[in-house]
Amino acid sequence: MISKLFQFLSSLRLTVVLLGLGVAVVFFGTLGQTSDGLYVAQERYFRSWFAYWTPHGAAFPVVPLPGGYLLGTMLVINLLVAHFTRFKWTWSKSGIFLTHIGIILLLLGQLATDMLARESIMSFREGDTRNYSESSMDFELVFLRSAGSNTLDQVVSIPASRLKPGAELRQELLPFAIRVKEAYENARIRLRAPVMDSNRPPAATQGVGARIVIDEQPPTRTMDARNVPAAVIELSGPSSLGTWALSGELKSQTVTVEGTEWRLEYRPVRDYKPFALTLLKTTHETYPGTDIPKNFQSRVRLRNTESHEDREVDIYMNSPLRYGGYTFFQYQMGKEQLADGGRGTSALQVVRNPSWVTPYLGCILVGVGLLVQFLMHLTKFIARRKPRAA
Amino acid sequence: MKQRLPLIITALFAFWILGALRPQRDPEYAFGAFGRLPVVFNGRLQPVDSLARNSLTRIREKDTANLEPAKAWYERPKIISATEWLLTLMTRPEVADGWKVFRVDHPELKAMLKLPEPNPAAGEDGKHYSWNQFGETGLKQIEESSRNIQENKKDSSLRNAFDNATLGLYEAMTLYLRLKNTVHPQDTVRFAAEIADYQKTIPAGVKAFQQRMTGSGTFDTNALTEVFGHAERYFVTLRGEPPLLIPPASGGDATFAWQRMGEALLDPSFGAPLLKHLMRVPKAELSPEAAAEGIRLVGTRPLSPAVGHWAAMADAFRESQVAGFNTAVAGYQTYLESLRLGKALNKTAREQLYNSFAPFSKTASLYIVAFLFSCGFWFNFAEWSRKTSLHLVQLAFVVHTLGLIARMWLEGRPPVTNLYSSAIFIGWGAVGLGLILESFWKNAIGLAVATVIGFSTQVVAHNLALGGDTMVMLQAVLDTNFWLATHVVIVTLGYAATYVAGFLAILYVVLGFFTKVMTGDMGKSLSRMVYGILCFATLFSFVGTVLGGIWADQSWGRFWGWDPKENGALIIVLWNALILHARWGGMVRERGIMNLAIFGNIVTSWSWFGTNLLGVGLHSYGFMSGAFTALMVFVGSQCVLIALGLIPQAKWRSFSAATGGAAKAPAASAA
Repeated sequence: MISKLFQFLSSLRLTVVLLGLGVAVVFFGTLGQTSDGLYVAQERYFRSWFAYWTPHGAAFPVVPLPGGYLLGTMLVINLLVAHFTRFKWTWSKSGIFLTHIGIILLLLGQLATDMLARESIMSFREGDTRNYSESSMDFELVFLRSAGSNTLDQVVSIPASRLKPGAELRQELLPFAIRVKEAYENARIRLRAPVMDSNRPPAATQGVGARIVIDEQPPTRTMDARNVPAAVIELSGPSSLGTWALSGELKSQTVTVEGTEWRLEYRPVRDYKPFALTLLKTTHETYPGTDIPKNFQSRVRLRNTESHEDREVDIYMNSPLRYGGYTFFQYQMGKEQLADGGRGTSALQVVRNPSWVTPYLGCILVGVGLLVQFLMHLTKFIARRKPRAA
Repeated sequence: MKQRLPLIITALFAFWILGALRPQRDPEYAFGAFGRLPVVFNGRLQPVDSLARNSLTRIREKDTANLEPAKAWYERPKIISATEWLLTLMTRPEVADGWKVFRVDHPELKAMLKLPEPNPAAGEDGKHYSWNQFGETGLKQIEESSRNIQENKKDSSLRNAFDNATLGLYEAMTLYLRLKNTVHPQDTVRFAAEIADYQKTIPAGVKAFQQRMTGSGTFDTNALTEVFGHAERYFVTLRGEPPLLIPPASGGDATFAWQRMGEALLDPSFGAPLLKHLMRVPKAELSPEAAAEGIRLVGTRPLSPAVGHWAAMADAFRESQVAGFNTAVAGYQTYLESLRLGKALNKTAREQLYNSFAPFSKTASLYIVAFLFSCGFWFNFAEWSRKTSLHLVQLAFVVHTLGLIARMWLEGRPPVTNLYSSAIFIGWGAVGLGLILESFWKNAIGLAVATVIGFSTQVVAHNLALGGDTMVMLQAVLDTNFWLATHVVIVTLGYAATYVAGFLAILYVVLGFFTKVMTGDMGKSLSRMVYGILCFATLFSFVGTVLGGIWADQSWGRFWGWDPKENGALIIVLWNALILHARWGGMVRERGIMNLAIFGNIVTSWSWFGTNLLGVGLHSYGFMSGAFTALMVFVGSQCVLIALGLIPQAKWRSFSAATGGAAKAPAASAA
């Protein structure tokens, strides 16, 4: 029984089936991007164990598929079992061994990247200094209390995922409890028009919330737009502090409890760095007489007080800044501010990927392995033909 | 005689090709010299000849202008060069407007615009129409329908053939208008005299302008109106964003300082940036300091001497003064040389030579002829036929290679920079592989595959070239010769190899099923070829794909982003690996491998073209309905071939025992 199982797991037949399914998943995962957007399609087809493809407009799923995780795992098992049971090491098979080790490394490396890599955005205007980058997807509710001029601010942060309608949140540093009344994944806020919105009460009783309404939006899936979450919470200390509207579009609001001021912000999750970048200058060139971008470039000043580093760096397409385990890539450049006069804005993509080196290694191994194997085939083939030709 | 025939035939073709390199002589107007003059368009420096050919190709799908399209070729219709057409359009638009250069095919579009039906007697061929035939109402209709389509069908996959034809015609008309206003406003009668008039109004006008801006006392309204009247005329031409004609007077090779004619004309008075600012053109506002500087400079800048040269050429051509025109062109050339534009002039001269040589259309013809000779070899096994085919393919390969090198030299780039050049390069790679196969097997199979792929990719490239300039500048993210030279070249070679394997398999099925040519030996050697090529394809597509990942890691910090194009390349790798493993596992034999390899054609075409049509991701070029139809037809044809391949071999003409096809030994070669 067990030997049967091993035979199955090590078989070439399984390899061929897995490769075929791989073709199918990648194909449908590509098609899925047109309706779901890149991020959702990735989650659905490649970062999953099982997937199914639903044609545009169909009510029920049509093509069931194994997900990327399942296929990757099975391929790794298939390869490992085959090498431990079926394969015998010989020099003539060294190329195949190298190739397969490289493939395993690539698959594991991709998994590690999936688990460990973090992407965020650092966006600033010319002259601004940032020592943090912001998540492009996740938001957090933050309460800040300024603790005098010499000490650090007291900060309490609550991830947006915990803001579920009806939830009641307490934090010992906060002199009040939070009750979530409404929460939206994606919403726009606008000023409440007293006449037109006469049948809609303001979003909240306190702060700017008393003057706005929240319009829920369908969650966006495209690459170039992002969800802006919103919520309505009620704060209750010794007495009720009223309801407050939160939105990624709002600046900070202030709530006073027993004489101390707390600032209230709903903002992208921040990742602080032990160093700071200052945007000195943005350059945006197009080819003469066209709109084709020729160059996007940000000149930044990098300062690290601990290591006493202070230098200027240019970040542009295909030339990122690698520093402190992070890589900073030129990502976007504000267009409206680019005309003569205004301050330029720049957004850098910040990536931390501890396993970045595995694909390089894997690629070298597979490349060399394939080359060795096929060169051996070729020389054998030519040697065999020679006598005939002569 | 038969032994010499291959060389004689090849030599004849070689003479034909060399003939195209002979310098063209202009009996009257110096169109050749005019065509070499440099302009900047699509962000790159190019000869007028390229601008003319690319524009005309965009408008009428050919790079020459047939002025009497209703005449058959034997009636000798008047055909002029693209350069002559462009020069006429720029300087005598009233003449060019009567020429039938707009190609309109869609019947509904013709009906909407009330264009005449074919009628040779009246000079109508039912396909080509002149600007005048559209009339004012036609123009308006096209403009309105296009806007309607663009607003209501934003997603280009929703558009039907009529919509695309409408948008295509609208784009062609826009381009036509831009060109019309390149040298001077389209209603100009005597350009040099007009410029002189304008320059006379500048001193008084500028004085009035400055008095007005500083608010110091009264100013001469008439003088201001007069100079402004001129300036506005030139300003209006800028709206169409015509090509940049005027090199910086300081010289040098940088293209960013080139100006449009309108900008150069505005320099001595207000200057284009300030005028845009004052006229509140969106996104052209100046900061207060820049505006003040602009006002201070009003009336202080000289008029570029190049303007006068262009005016002389335009006026002479308009007045049909052959000698005057030729002198003016020579004068401008001398001026350009004095600007230290030597490098640019060299480049435009070579690009003009490349254009007139048209290497890829010549190789396409060679591939057809060579294919016929290789077929001839199978049906009577005459070695001279194969040799002829071989030499012709070798000749075509040399021309193909030279064409690629010329493009690389002109662009300063590795061979593949866009879809057009990928088609050329896939053809080149496939022909190279075919020649290698032929050197081993000498059975004309490698030649047949080389010629079929070589010709097909030229057809694809030709259709892609209808979109206009094939050497457009690269976006910032692609602006890296290292990755273009490694990732792109290797991945494209992977495509080429996969196609070669697929077409070898097609030969196996077609020759085996329909003819008695396929012997057991030939089948075995075909299957060896497919296997060898597949190994090569796997290596190249894998390494190319991973190099793409590394490029992405270097540019975006993401090794693998599941972008459609990346996925397409990955599918090719997976598919090739699948075929190899199926063979090693003994799951498929000769015929099975062939069928899998034919499916590889579908996989490769999906990766090459299909992923670009999805409209998502980094490699998206938008939906092209023509390409989509072509892709579907190709996929359908491959499915039919696979279906044929699935029919048991007993039913094939070559392998059926009844006809004895397989038993028949190949006749001894005639040589």
